[in-house]
Amino acid sequence: MGSRASTLLREEEIEEIKKETGFSHSQITRLYSRFTSLDKGENGTLSREDFQRIPELAINPLGDRIINAFFPEGEDQVNFRGFMRTLAHFRPIEDNEKNKDPIASEPLNSRSNKLLFAFRLYDLDRDDKISRDELLQVLRMMVGVNISDEQLGSIADRTIQEADQNGDNSISFNEFIKVLEKVDVEQKMSIRFLH
Amino acid sequence: MACRTCLWLLGTTFFTCTVRLVVEGTEVGATQGSHPEPGVVGSNHSQAGGGHGSSISGIQIVTFKWHHVEAPYLIALWILVAGVSKMVVELNHNLTSVIPESALLIIIGWILGGIIYGADKMQTFTLTPTVFFFYLLPQVILDAGYFMPNKLFFSNMGAILVYAVIGTCWNAATVGLGLWGCWLGGAMGDIDIGLLQFLLFGSLIAAVDPVAVIAVFEEVHVNEVLFIMVFGESLLNDGVTVVLFNVFDAFVSLGGAEIDAVEIIKGIISFFVVAFGGSLVGIIFALLISLLTRCTKNIQIIEPGFIFILGYLSYLTAEMLSLSAILSIVFCGICCQKYINANMDERSVTTVRYVMKVLANGSETIIFVFLGISAIDPAVWVWNTGFILLTLLFIFVFRFIGVFLLTWILNKYRLVPLEFIDQVVMSYGGLRGAVAYGLVAMLDENKFKEKNLMVSTTLIVVYFTVMLQGITMKPLVTWLKVKRAAVTELTLAEKIQNRTFDHMLVAIEDISGQIGHNYMRDKWHNFEERWLCWFLMKPSARKSRDYIFNIFHQLNLKDAMSYVKEVRATHKVRESHDNLILQDIVPSVCLDMHEQDLTMRESEDFNAHHLLQQHLYRGRKQVLKHRYSRSHLETNRDENEVQEIFQRTMRSRLESFKSAKMGVAPAKKIQTKHQKKDKPQKVRGEGTFSPFLHVRPHSHPLIGNVSLKKHYDMMKMYGNHVFDTIPLIPVQPLPQARPPQLRGHQPPVVCIIIQSHSKAISRICLILENRLD
Repeated sequence: MGSRASTLLREEEIEEIKKETGFSHSQITRLYSRFTSLDKGENGTLSREDFQRIPELAINPLGDRIINAFFPEGEDQVNFRGFMRTLAHFRPIEDNEKNKDPIASEPLNSRSNKLLFAFRLYDLDRDDKISRDELLQVLRMMVGVNISDEQLGSIADRTIQEADQNGDNSISFNEFIKVLEKVDVEQKMSIRFLH
Repeated sequence: MACRTCLWLLGTTFFTCTVRLVVEGTEVGATQGSHPEPGVVGSNHSQAGGGHGSSISGIQIVTFKWHHVEAPYLIALWILVAGVSKMVVELNHNLTSVIPESALLIIIGWILGGIIYGADKMQTFTLTPTVFFFYLLPQVILDAGYFMPNKLFFSNMGAILVYAVIGTCWNAATVGLGLWGCWLGGAMGDIDIGLLQFLLFGSLIAAVDPVAVIAVFEEVHVNEVLFIMVFGESLLNDGVTVVLFNVFDAFVSLGGAEIDAVEIIKGIISFFVVAFGGSLVGIIFALLISLLTRCTKNIQIIEPGFIFILGYLSYLTAEMLSLSAILSIVFCGICCQKYINANMDERSVTTVRYVMKVLANGSETIIFVFLGISAIDPAVWVWNTGFILLTLLFIFVFRFIGVFLLTWILNKYRLVPLEFIDQVVMSYGGLRGAVAYGLVAMLDENKFKEKNLMVSTTLIVVYFTVMLQGITMKPLVTWLKVKRAAVTELTLAEKIQNRTFDHMLVAIEDISGQIGHNYMRDKWHNFEERWLCWFLMKPSARKSRDYIFNIFHQLNLKDAMSYVKEVRATHKVRESHDNLILQDIVPSVCLDMHEQDLTMRESEDFNAHHLLQQHLYRGRKQVLKHRYSRSHLETNRDENEVQEIFQRTMRSRLESFKSAKMGVAPAKKIQTKHQKKDKPQKVRGEGTFSPFLHVRPHSHPLIGNVSLKKHYDMMKMYGNHVFDTIPLIPVQPLPQARPPQLRGHQPPVVCIIIQSHSKAISRICLILENRLD
């Protein structure tokens, strides 16, 4: 199957990824080596177990959710393109990018795309709404064992109350954006990838 | 109250005792002259025995043999006095939070010095360089090295080196040249001094002092990166200081005329030799210590001794080879900590840690008290307003400039830039301390005519930085932080989301391998695991060294054990039942470590914000308190959190994997129906929601109809009683829940676990197995 050959990254691919995600050449090669080091099965894709092998993720409350975010709907394997696409959300927004041609679609690391990523972390069933249950799930993951379910439920209710504007007892994406308008998302959701 | 008065009485008693003895001693030794001997705490009591040349008239039942015990007695007494001073200082916590301990100790030193001076009319006890450098400083530095947070230290190594080397050189040069310029300009009047001497003075006053830094930063809680920068700098700049001091000392001896390019090049080479040589010596000794502890299985009781002796030897060896002794002992501590902690018995490790802290604290106390005492000595005081004030000004200003300049350069290469407030704290926290004083006291009076002036200036600088800057550090930081903090109160959603962002960032960093220079780190890790650990660690220690498993280790195995016992106990009773509802023997006995806080629920004042504040898990970035502390030995408080998160994650992964294997649809929709039915059921403690299955902790659709006995039998069949201690397998089903039909034979739970591709879980099982014999 030539699985060996497919593990080498071709120039054209690098160019494509560069255009799509905005990473630089050296960043892409570096992340590719990281990708291959995670890919124990050496088949050019990562499965959930490959991610789970990273020990630090086991002690991250949202670890599994974030792993999940790498995999497109219903799939169990992610290739390098998909890997980079997800990581691209976390690129810092550079000023000169804002002036790029408006014809091209919004870059992956724009504010609203970042927020969409965060939104999808809550909204598992992709119905574009964070229901009370979904919020409760995430809260439960992020909170210690000392809080009872009732208390957590009240927190969730209050949170939805603050954010909900159309009274459907769930948070839509637009409401989500509105609630976080004062938060410096660009800074909080960006990491500097080493050159 | 009674306790306090007791302490005061005790304190005064000892002070008077000291004075009495001193007075007596002086009377006896008055005829012997009064040259301070550097050997023993600067006391001038000669060792001449038999001073009383009187004839023996009869058998003396009791004799007062002061000279017999003089030296050790004084030493012990001084240590006691220092300890009592520390007690006195710690009496009032409000006071210590405003004025750092070090400042209070210096003040006590002044008082004591005053008493002694009043009694003796001269300062009999001073902090001599020999005592300081050989007996007081090594343990402080060893303590620093041993407790150094290695990962943090090495990942910020580049920045630390920049500050330590370039920063110190900058400080030395600017202060020296600045003073020289001002002297030329006549601001200091007429003193017998030259450019080289100014440079020497600059180099010894430029170094940030580790003892003082720790002492002040104990009170001021700064983030760990900032702390490690200042702390690391204060430790590593010794390499530079030693070189500069020796080089300029040699230059002064040679005289200005002999200095040419060759000498300067030799000076630069000596820097590298001293620095790297010192570190190398330290590393060699670290290897020795690790090897030794590897073989000390049979003499565990004296294991701790080796650490201290070898650490001290590394210090002395480096000193002997005229390399940097501080660097040596620091690297000795840094490199050996991992291996000796793994190799030694737990009790030995605890012993080492405690003794290390005792010694370091004791030394620090003595150092500061003596710094105070040494000041009360009119013999050394020379006042030159220009010199002193200019020195103060220059070290302050040039430190700021240096730090800001270097940070500006560094921020271009750093992943996480250092902010303004960090830089201010770093500049302001550049305290000078006893090392500078020790160095200046070592100067030769014949070469340096103005030695006393330099000593006085150094003392004043030390007092200024330790006391003034120490006292004002906290208010400064608070003021700056308050200024920066957002004015508006965050909404709940924002708070939650902020925390989510933190966790997300940390996760993405881990996935993309961001922390530090990954390639080198990986290589080092591989090398270390393959060779070093094999060479330096005991075989049994090697197995259980993985970080995550250590955390899992600390799982309350008693819980697991008690679960096993209860299972065994009750299975006899419930043997005849199928479809058991075991609400008593809940697997959450393993997970549920905390009682539900009923009082919270009942209280009227339900504050969601407050709750969130208390209970949200802190992300890795959130740890604010630096992990090194002189006086507190704390275990990582985050371990509880980490444990909980780890258990939860493993649990949900196991469940989702099982569901995947069993063909149970992981789709959320199906389960919500069950979820709603389950609502009325009482839930104890936490509920774990896996992202894929809405599974409440007391139900499991898979185990379903499996009776407890069968479950237990299955485990026994697989000969691995380990598995029944894993808190990951919930056992009893929910009566209302309709478990999906298990097809055909029930693949034993155990089988699934064995086959689990998540190596982590299987490894955990192995480890538990080993622990349980």
